[in-house]
Amino acid sequence: MFRFFAIRVLRAVLTVALVVTFAFIVLRLSGDPARSIMGDDASPEAMAAFRREWGLDQPLWMQYLHYFAAIFQGEFGRSMRGGGPALDLVLGRIPATLMLTLPALLMKLAIGIPAGIYAALHRNTAIDRAVMVTAVAGYTVPSFVLGLVLVQVLAIWFAWLPTGGTGSLQHLILPIITLGVGGAAVLARFVRSAMLEVLGQPYIRTASAKGIPWAAVVRGHALPNAAIPTVTIVGFMVGNLIAGSVVVESVFSWPGVGNLLVVSVAARDLAVVQCILLLVAVAMVLSNLIVDFLYGFLDPRLAEANSSGGH
Amino acid sequence: MANLAGTTPASALTAARSSQPLLTIEGLTVDFSGVQVIRGIDLTVARGESIGIVGESGSGKSVTWLAALGLLPRTATVSGSIRLDGEELRGAAAMRLDRIRGRRVAMIFQDPSSALNPVIRIGRQVGEVLARHQGLSGSSIRAEAKRLFELVGLPDAERRFDAYPHELSGGQNQRVMIATALAGKPDVLVADEPTTALDATIQAQILDLLTTIRRETGMALVLISHDLGVVSETCERIMVMYGGLVVETAPSESIFASPRHPYTQGLLAALPPFEGALRQLVPIEGQVPEPENMPPGCPFAPRCPQRMAVCEVTIPRLAQTEAGGFSACIAGPATEAQKPLSLKTSVLA
Repeated sequence: MFRFFAIRVLRAVLTVALVVTFAFIVLRLSGDPARSIMGDDASPEAMAAFRREWGLDQPLWMQYLHYFAAIFQGEFGRSMRGGGPALDLVLGRIPATLMLTLPALLMKLAIGIPAGIYAALHRNTAIDRAVMVTAVAGYTVPSFVLGLVLVQVLAIWFAWLPTGGTGSLQHLILPIITLGVGGAAVLARFVRSAMLEVLGQPYIRTASAKGIPWAAVVRGHALPNAAIPTVTIVGFMVGNLIAGSVVVESVFSWPGVGNLLVVSVAARDLAVVQCILLLVAVAMVLSNLIVDFLYGFLDPRLAEANSSGGH
Repeated sequence: MANLAGTTPASALTAARSSQPLLTIEGLTVDFSGVQVIRGIDLTVARGESIGIVGESGSGKSVTWLAALGLLPRTATVSGSIRLDGEELRGAAAMRLDRIRGRRVAMIFQDPSSALNPVIRIGRQVGEVLARHQGLSGSSIRAEAKRLFELVGLPDAERRFDAYPHELSGGQNQRVMIATALAGKPDVLVADEPTTALDATIQAQILDLLTTIRRETGMALVLISHDLGVVSETCERIMVMYGGLVVETAPSESIFASPRHPYTQGLLAALPPFEGALRQLVPIEGQVPEPENMPPGCPFAPRCPQRMAVCEVTIPRLAQTEAGGFSACIAGPATEAQKPLSLKTSVLA
């Protein structure tokens, strides 16, 4: 078990390091922070001074080493725009983002899982098709389109809800719905196919042949098996809690991490962008780790493979 | 030892009703989206008897019994009659079927490793039946499960209660399946290719186990197999199926001594002899026809060495043979029975 744990953690750390490295290189190749922050009409002397101050005059590999050494000391750099510590800036935005993404996650689970199970149990009926048509629509419509439509209808025509911004609970409703619909649709489709797969297995027929009522077969025999693949996709959604609302935050001008990311990328505020990407990578990798361990609980076959060190 | 599985011996229970067969299937047909795969099956199972259903894959052996227990998917259309002690099962409400399945008629399947739920401990899988059909709970489930595991020869029965199916071998899992089937103290056990997925040595053990249990509990056994050898050793009566029809039925020994139907003869010729010198095995040429391409006449006609012109246009009916069996062949010598589709046979001692 320890070996299993150690390998997973090592792999997780490596994943984060790769993400950070990739972000570091791409950000520096894709634009000049001095130009975007100082503006095009800044004097060459001012530009040079800015570059010196932020270490941008050093060779790329030196910058990279400095950056990594700093991370290990818990130092994530300072915002080039505001001057404050990048980490504080990002952490300050997380509560606002979670205010949207956590309720949206609950909405995805509360709608997606029952809808998927119901559709699978009523396969090829009108209800199944209705659920699936809704689900396909729900996940093919991009969230910015859905957000804008909701704003147009509910905020502008009917004037029931605010178009964007913060200040009241009403401000939360449209962004949460916009976030939740797509995820609920994805989950419904996924759970449906996982359930159909399980319902076709011989052990379901065995359970029926034992005289177990269908409802108990579904609850006791099918759901525990369908939960195994479903955990993967739910884990992915949990990993997306911090960075999964970039588009929606922009549409509704919500002051969360996603909004900060968009602004910081546009400005080439390197430390802030890197800090956000690092946090996102850590969140994703952590939720993946949790999923791996949940597998051990849900699937006794894996639990045994893990404890004996295999995979 | 006479009552190992706790079932009341059939003789004591049903002396008064012994004339009535336990299970009767009449005119059973099954369609899958318009394609008929079972084309009119009649059979009876008497109390305590052992009947073997033989045929190649696709002959309809398993579907017959899945249909009888209402275990086919909703896309299947079943017609005809299935009666257990005179009670009609076809179209019966789910609640009634749930009291019959696992309790009066139990069924075990081909691949025990996939027929057991991989995420549920085997003790619970047996315990479910005990709780539902025997009304047991708590520690009495554990005790009864242990007794059943010992009965079916599962080593280390006590500890196995908490094991998962993947921790057991295929043969051990099939023993668990049999224990699960016995847990309901059924009147009939339908074993659908119970040894096909197992090693040859384990096969013999499982068949012996089924025979022993049947003798000791007095339950009837329906053994479905593609292997005539397996069935003939275990069963008193044999029913040969082909193309969704019964083509021959006879007591086990007379099937071997004088097979009537050319298909049965073909199956025998393809079977290695139990004793004596090895001989050349003769395969049956060709394949079982697909249900959607079923020949208009005798389903076996395209592969039959004794085929006549009439075989390709007429579906032969079962007719009594002099050996006490029934055969559905125009070419084979047979006398027309008064009720050609009734397969009443007496239980052999």
